[in-house]
Amino acid sequence: MLQNSPCCDIIIRTIKVYLFEGRSTATAFIQGRNVCKMGFLNNLINGISLGSIYAVIALGYTLVYGIAKMLNFAHGDIIMVGGYVIFYSMTSFQINPYISVLIAVIACTVLGIVIEKIAYKPLRQATSLSVLITAIGVSYFLQNSALLLFGEKPVNFTSVVNIPSISLFDGQIVITGETIVAIIISILIVVGLSLFIKKTKSGRAMLAVSEDKDAAQLMGININRTISLTFAIGAGLAAIAGALLCSAYPTLQNTTGAMPGIKAFVAAVFGGIGSVPGAMIGGILIGVIEILGRAYISPQLSDAIVFAVLILVLIVKPTGILGKKVREKV
Amino acid sequence: MKSLKRILAMSAAVAVAVSCFAGCSSNAATSGESDANGTTGKTIVIGGSGPLTGSAAQYGVGVKNAIELAVNEINAAGGVNGNTLKLVFEDDEADPGDKAVNAYNTLKDQGMQIFLGTVTTGSCLAVIDKSKADNIFQFTPSASAQDVIANDNCFQICFTDPNQGKASADYIADNKVATKVGVIYDSSDAYSSGIYNAFKKEAQAKGLELVSEQSFTKDSKTDFSAQIADCKNKGAELVFLPIYYQEASLILTQSNNVGYAPKFFGCDGLDGITSIENFDTALAEGVMLLTPFAADSKDQATQDFVKAYKEAYNDETPNQFAADAYDGVKILAKLIETQNITGDMSASDICEKLKAGITASDFSFDGLTGTGMTWTAGGEVSKAPKAVVIKDGNYSALE
Amino acid sequence: MSNKTTLAKARMLKPQTKQSFTTYIMVIAAFVIMMVLSSTGNVSSQIEGLLVPLCVYSILAVSLNLTVGILGELSLGQAGFMCVGAYSSALFSIATNESITVAWIRFPLAILVGGICAAVFGILIGIPVLRLRGDYLAIVTLAFGEIIKNVFAALYVGIDSNGLHIALNQADMNLAEDGTEIIRGALGVKGVPQDSTFVIGFVLLMITLIISYNFINSRTGRAVKAIRDNAIAAESVGLNITKYKLITFALTAFLAGLAGALYSHNYATLQAAKFDYNMSILILVFVVLGGIGNIRGSVIAAIVLTLLPEVLRSINNYRMLIYSIVLIVMMICTSNEKARNLIISVLNWLKDQIIKLKNMIIKPKTKEVK
Repeated sequence: MLQNSPCCDIIIRTIKVYLFEGRSTATAFIQGRNVCKMGFLNNLINGISLGSIYAVIALGYTLVYGIAKMLNFAHGDIIMVGGYVIFYSMTSFQINPYISVLIAVIACTVLGIVIEKIAYKPLRQATSLSVLITAIGVSYFLQNSALLLFGEKPVNFTSVVNIPSISLFDGQIVITGETIVAIIISILIVVGLSLFIKKTKSGRAMLAVSEDKDAAQLMGININRTISLTFAIGAGLAAIAGALLCSAYPTLQNTTGAMPGIKAFVAAVFGGIGSVPGAMIGGILIGVIEILGRAYISPQLSDAIVFAVLILVLIVKPTGILGKKVREKV
Repeated sequence: MKSLKRILAMSAAVAVAVSCFAGCSSNAATSGESDANGTTGKTIVIGGSGPLTGSAAQYGVGVKNAIELAVNEINAAGGVNGNTLKLVFEDDEADPGDKAVNAYNTLKDQGMQIFLGTVTTGSCLAVIDKSKADNIFQFTPSASAQDVIANDNCFQICFTDPNQGKASADYIADNKVATKVGVIYDSSDAYSSGIYNAFKKEAQAKGLELVSEQSFTKDSKTDFSAQIADCKNKGAELVFLPIYYQEASLILTQSNNVGYAPKFFGCDGLDGITSIENFDTALAEGVMLLTPFAADSKDQATQDFVKAYKEAYNDETPNQFAADAYDGVKILAKLIETQNITGDMSASDICEKLKAGITASDFSFDGLTGTGMTWTAGGEVSKAPKAVVIKDGNYSALE
Repeated sequence: MSNKTTLAKARMLKPQTKQSFTTYIMVIAAFVIMMVLSSTGNVSSQIEGLLVPLCVYSILAVSLNLTVGILGELSLGQAGFMCVGAYSSALFSIATNESITVAWIRFPLAILVGGICAAVFGILIGIPVLRLRGDYLAIVTLAFGEIIKNVFAALYVGIDSNGLHIALNQADMNLAEDGTEIIRGALGVKGVPQDSTFVIGFVLLMITLIISYNFINSRTGRAVKAIRDNAIAAESVGLNITKYKLITFALTAFLAGLAGALYSHNYATLQAAKFDYNMSILILVFVVLGGIGNIRGSVIAAIVLTLLPEVLRSINNYRMLIYSIVLIVMMICTSNEKARNLIISVLNWLKDQIIKLKNMIIKPKTKEVK
């Protein structure tokens, strides 16, 4: 299993350099180790890049879950819709990439509110399991509508990111523009959300609803508006996630959002569902573990490895990394 | 409240049951008739199944469109020996289990006499024993695993995976394209793993050095940074990609991002890469692939087909899946003609005649995907894959 | 006289017994009707081919309802247990194909093997997992389901004169010339003897129902329900939570394994890709739609929702779209007061219209008579 790892070649490389280039053993070893280090650093950066995209998706999940206490399984598919909106506005209408993203954010926000009003609001009093199943129905609906509207052929997405990649160490490490933007945006979102929740009235209302819905209502907070606002923000975040996801991995079809949605959900739980910084940390960690597992253990089992790590962490810390332990009172 | 739930459940159950039985009685009638003597005696029903929904929908829809096109062309020209062809196509969602069998059974109920399916290997493996038990002639346009033709009633229009794997290794070795080769394949896909296994065996026999063997799975087919990094670090001069064009386009983009520019070599799954909407074909410059079909080929038959397909289906360029399916219908038409098959024969009789016809020593077919195609009794088609290279967004012949 | 006492006895039966017996009778009746139709050739191939999958999905729904409805924990890994049951029973059947040639001895043994292997996995997974709660438990069961699927999809297993070979690549297997490949990675297992029949499916479904109802109405079942309602109170009364949770989980896994064995012997090849999280979610939908804790509801929902996409095949392009809309509407209607009232008022309005129509038709007749 480890035979593909470049780190195991250190000895071979050392010998090669020593024999064929007549350098001293020490230099040879350092060269070999540096290549191995570079490889590791490269994989780490790729992991962070993938992870920051998971983080942005996970933030949407965790926001909606933390406040409305529901798992919006259709989140991944709203990402896909956002991606398509950007794609068509850029290719069919030749609109500037940044404005296209803005259009997508608006479109997805509207979509999020509509879905909430039609499918989730009637189930406010129902068990969370019923809402989960309805969300699954919405997910299937979005995927199949997209199939009918946009066709079954996958399209190639033009990246909305114009920043060139950074090349370090003579091309051994390349950080793409998409990576940089993804990391910056995820940090901005975490900071922005935290500020919003702590400082603004609506944000504090959201926090109150998440802690105790009935008490919040008694305090005069409009529950319906707050929950609608939550979904709106979540859907807006999904649009941004769609822009980042499709820019980094430029293929788009109606099922594009499903798998990243599941992985981001795992990341959100990993970091502690309901915790905004937890979603970020969970996302990045899941991305890093996935890439490192793929590079150093086994590509076939990289997903299995991610899940295995998740299980181990949850066994040790049952509420996720930053999750709060809810003391059940009798 | 409880009573409403009960009413809803009961009415739903009754509605479904009624529609089933309604379906049953009418279907039983037609199937009863078609078992004995086809639907109207002058119509031959061709059944097809493939994914029309789900992530592999592009392949199923392409195949369905091409079969439809061919059937319409033949019918417009007066049919075959006075028989009109009728197409019935069902969605199997590329499912490797019960949904594929459901699609097959639905086709049977619609009076299918010849089975032009399935599109994906997974679904095909689920239905081959059923079609054998029913003795219906099965002619698959694109299920390319070796196991698919295990039964004597099933034939392939496409190359087998081992065939392509071996041919790729032979081409690379014999033409000294590269000595250090990396592979990125899909270990969760029968097509990709099948080609990779055969490629590896032949490559070792021919002395090629496989410096990096990387895989990915269906659930993780967007980020290839780890696999590309490994190929790059191990110094692979050529990367073999026995995968589908969508993932290949991502690998090309990501390799370009990290400044890694090896030669790329792929198989027929790569066909279609130049027609991805909005894809920068400069990224695919120099990619070599084995394919039975090239949409920009200058020969008349291909040009006619591409033009007709584009007119009928939204200006889409057909890929080799569609071309194989189109050939399939034309091959069946020729066999129906030479074997004097009529619509009032049972599916089983038609099967025996087609089997005899297709394996006859004097039967060969020139189509879009190959000239002089012949079939062995084992179901394998003999056609030579064309090696092409992508130049300026078009295929140009290699050697 | 004896009729009256039987009736009186029937009325005196506990509601649970009435419930379970009604379910048994309904399932037996459905089975008999289908058998009659099938033997007189009135059933289409489509329905005929769906009979075994209907049994499979019904068993899966009932088994999941034990964990979700009775234990009250959300499990998203049912497909994983089904996968274990399917593979282990398929391997057993292939291995004993030469030695036990009589299908009706070999197949029940294979089914049992499938169930037991799945139950073992259920216990192994349950031990670490059951200390988690709610959504965390859901995610971990999802994770286990995916791990099981990925591992089976990546395995190459072969047997030759040197023994058993297990590898992650076909090339690493190093099988001798006389060896046979049993599991071939993504291509799965081939040559599974197709022993599943509707009769066996029906028998397994009845066994599942009997086990489930007896479990629910037994002392163990009541303990589990107590744990579901208030775990802390249950623990303070002295119930060993871990033990009861494990028993339920193992039973769920066992029944899922039975379903997996039935499934795998219905098709010539077995591929791991089928047992992904989509299937786990599908079974969860059956359970929730049928009513959490409602065994009969699970069976009905499984049957209706499995038949629905097949019956909708005539509207090919919009099939899955309509399926998703039906799902959403059904969920809203079964959970929401206003929607329920709306539907009740619509139904009442329809009833009124029908009565009006009837009166319009009948009145003139009476006038004529006069």
